[in-house]
Amino acid sequence: MAEFTLRLRRYDPESGDAPYWEEHTIELEPHRSVLEAILQAKARFDGSIGIRCSCRAAICGSCGVRINGHPDLACHTHLDKAAKQSSDGVIEVEPMGNMPVIKDLIVDMEEVHWKKIRRVTPWLIAKQPVPEREYIVPRETMVDVTQSMACIQCGACVSDCLAMEVDPEFIGPAALAKAYRFVGDPRDDQHYERLKDLAEDPHGIYDCTHCFMCIDACPKGVAPMSQIMRLRRRAIHDHGIVDRNNGERHEEAFVSLVRQYGLLNEAELLPRSYGGDSALAKFKPAAGKVLLDSLPSIAKALLRRKVTPAAVLKPHKLAKQDLQAVKRIYETLDGKGERNEFNIYISGRDEDNQ
Amino acid sequence: MKVAYWPGCVSRGFTPELHGSMARIAPLLDIELVQLDRASCCGAGVIAEHNPELADALNARTFALAQQTEGTALMMNICSTCQGAQSECQERLDASAEYRARINETLADEGLSYEKGLSNKNLLWLLVEDIGLDELRDRVQRPLTDLRVGPFYGCYIVRPTDRLGIDDDHPRDGYLGQVIEALGGTVTDYAGSHKCCGFPIITMNKEASLKQAGRHLGDAVDAGADCLVTPCPLCHLNLDLQQPLAERVVGRELNMPVLHLPQLVGLALGISPEQLGMQRHVVKPASVIDWTTSVVGEWASG
Repeated sequence: MAEFTLRLRRYDPESGDAPYWEEHTIELEPHRSVLEAILQAKARFDGSIGIRCSCRAAICGSCGVRINGHPDLACHTHLDKAAKQSSDGVIEVEPMGNMPVIKDLIVDMEEVHWKKIRRVTPWLIAKQPVPEREYIVPRETMVDVTQSMACIQCGACVSDCLAMEVDPEFIGPAALAKAYRFVGDPRDDQHYERLKDLAEDPHGIYDCTHCFMCIDACPKGVAPMSQIMRLRRRAIHDHGIVDRNNGERHEEAFVSLVRQYGLLNEAELLPRSYGGDSALAKFKPAAGKVLLDSLPSIAKALLRRKVTPAAVLKPHKLAKQDLQAVKRIYETLDGKGERNEFNIYISGRDEDNQ
Repeated sequence: MKVAYWPGCVSRGFTPELHGSMARIAPLLDIELVQLDRASCCGAGVIAEHNPELADALNARTFALAQQTEGTALMMNICSTCQGAQSECQERLDASAEYRARINETLADEGLSYEKGLSNKNLLWLLVEDIGLDELRDRVQRPLTDLRVGPFYGCYIVRPTDRLGIDDDHPRDGYLGQVIEALGGTVTDYAGSHKCCGFPIITMNKEASLKQAGRHLGDAVDAGADCLVTPCPLCHLNLDLQQPLAERVVGRELNMPVLHLPQLVGLALGISPEQLGMQRHVVKPASVIDWTTSVVGEWASG
């Protein structure tokens, strides 16, 4: 047995009182979970502590909380590890973020998480006619979606999503990972419709800021951000969807500028992201408006010689021989035939497979 | 110490003062920079989003060029985004000999091949792990006394933690604070230090992007920081270049200078602010330095 101290965030919105911290010291073996510690505190000291839990085996997704500032399952976090990671040896437990608190450590999943899950039509829309018996698919066409199928709906990724922090309407990591589960499923009949919808929504796949928070948050290795990138790839390359949020234009411009120069040419990237992948993009109305909006920044940057006219007009470029090598790589791997992706989650590492 | 040096694209494009200040501090830290002039853009996550194999091949080429550099086994970058994008590709390349061989085939024409296990470090990691904080402290000529500096890491250099080698022995997500203190400055804690600057969605959702930048800058103002320091030039674009627009979105004056990591190090090593290109920033670092005397810290503003 060892002693551990918990610092729990307490809050009852109905009481009218402000949230406060409360400490309890419990006794448990170091390899037991933070959830067991919370339940012991509840049993021994204060029966009113609010915590939601069920399976205690990291599969039901009920006990998502923030431990020392990071989202995780309380039942999936060892006490010794949590104590070591805390700043002062006291294990700090608070409710998940981006969702309203119902009481103490319990957040309202319905208000945010489940609404967003329903937003992506989270069921299979089967191709017709439906086969009389099992729907047989080749393994390689579906193995890729097993990563998003590992989701247990705990909300840890939603809790720390930085895009949702500034744009609460963002569909978010859990729901978009769920969307990929069907977009990547060969039995589904609505791939284009699903992708078109998610690409055109200003709070859809192009609203993700690529911050990796959800990848670190997920206790099941779902890597929601990677699923969002797969949705973008499918939308752009498999279905040719050009969206009103500049998602497709930005990606195409970036990829083609690196092919052309070997290095990134920022002065061209901005207008092309709005006006399309052409050197004439900056003269298009969509690009002109944005450049005008950005005038306060651009004028100052030119004034301070941060950005020089020479850098804009004569961008850096690789030497001819290196540029040819880059182009050869593009020709071998891009735009031809089937797109391969090496996913460590599916394939594993050499050392694990030995 | 000799390193195969990858400056990245933005440090030679819209933030030329970053590449320039790195060149200034290198001799004072005995770092010999062998620049990877033949290497291409890392893809900044966008090429990987488009086609992961393409990004892996372009970066495998960069890694192979670094491994060809004589007299060093270490590659160094000065951009959080390069670090993260390259680490992602390296993770896949190192995971499977078969996959690595397939990608290396695309480099064969040039006689290049990437061998598993390159060490690729951002300047920040190199300062702490290879030069060492004691050595850095010894070389300080002008301690940043009373300068309150807020760290701003950039997502790509702190997440995912396992890919970036962040563990008990390498608390890399806390290195900026350690460096600021070694240079004699004071670390200002604020909510946004490890959050997203918003840059990746500036063309897709400008309002949300600038709200992110504005919020973190505002939090740093409220916490009493004199300036921020970042190892990421893309963060610098959203936090400095776009600050006038971010001010409009969050509806408050910010006026928060943002320094590149080598600029902060350079100030402490005694280099003049002009030589570090600080006059090129959109937000003048007036709270950091007195331009007439090059005094740094509290005395500068008072």
